[in-house]
Amino acid sequence: MKQDRIREIVAEIASKPVTVATDENLFECGLLDSFGLTDLVTRLEQEYDIRIPDGDLNPRKFESLDRIAAYVEERV
Amino acid sequence: MALLRGFGSYLPERVVGNVEMARLLGIEAEWIREMSGIENRRFAAKDESVAAMAFRAGAAALENAGVEASELGLVIVATGTSERRFPGPASEVQHLLGASQAVALDVPMASAGALFGMVQAALWAPRSGKVLVVAAEKMSSAVMTEPMERGTAMLFGDGAGACVIDEHRGFARIVDWELGSDGAAASDLKLEFDAPVHMNGRMVIMHAARKVPAAIATLLTRNQVAAGDVGVFLMHQANANLLAKIASTVGVGVERFFSNIARYGNTSSASMLIAASEWAGGWRGPSVFAAFGAGFHWGAMLVEGVEQDA
Repeated sequence: MKQDRIREIVAEIASKPVTVATDENLFECGLLDSFGLTDLVTRLEQEYDIRIPDGDLNPRKFESLDRIAAYVEERV
Repeated sequence: MALLRGFGSYLPERVVGNVEMARLLGIEAEWIREMSGIENRRFAAKDESVAAMAFRAGAAALENAGVEASELGLVIVATGTSERRFPGPASEVQHLLGASQAVALDVPMASAGALFGMVQAALWAPRSGKVLVVAAEKMSSAVMTEPMERGTAMLFGDGAGACVIDEHRGFARIVDWELGSDGAAASDLKLEFDAPVHMNGRMVIMHAARKVPAAIATLLTRNQVAAGDVGVFLMHQANANLLAKIASTVGVGVERFFSNIARYGNTSSASMLIAASEWAGGWRGPSVFAAFGAGFHWGAMLVEGVEQDA
């Protein structure tokens, strides 16, 4: 369920449908870039009412739908 | 107390456009502009040193401030592209200027160096009187040698900017600042001897886009200044898209962030002071300086325009 919502958020940021597999790298398939990543972090904070600390601001933590979902799961 | 009294800059003569850069780097000229907003940059002559450029910018700032080099108590030089391990360029700049009474201090910090140098100047001004802060970079020497990182090399240019900070006289008072450092990211943006600039672009953009607006917000809140009341944001010119992102997060239009990056590219520490020296909109009310760079180091400084003596 959470992953479906994350897919929607990434699609909004990328301004296109996200049809990739959940373990696919979102940067390599052109869905996220540096600025999209910044938007994604902000959106996750708003959506899940979490605070993502600076120490967690590592692109690898957010590079696939699986990784994003796992991270959010840890924080909520 | 410390006040801004004058700015100056120096840009090398040679203009290198995106078409030339694209040919040198094997990339598309239009892609450079889309990714960064950069159209041209300046490259120093082969024999033009960081200290030589710093001297030219420093002399211009002194002239604009109406201050003689002999009046300086401190010369601060920020650079990340010094030609040697030691000494840094500060003592050479002090000598070239003829500021024999001044102490010379190096700030080897790259992009945030000018901002940290200005904070040092504000702290030293009560003791040193007049302080010259210079930031100079010869980025071409660091990025245009093999092995090149093409996505990084296309961003940078050479130049120098300078600022005179005075204990008693000036057009804007340094009110407050907010600085930060995070060594956990030291390897994500670095220049080692005999190696090209290494930049983890995603890390840099992600952290810059979060930390700079946070520093500005903290600073403005602490001083009860609304972002909308700030006359101009003079920020390190890293990337036009980053400036737009930060402006949006701060809650002001991007036109409030002065930008000359299209003409000069990213001149690292020099860029903020080059921008300040070109800012012609006046210093009435509050203005904000801001920077982010290798280290990571980042921060913001609030200044407030004052009535000048006749």
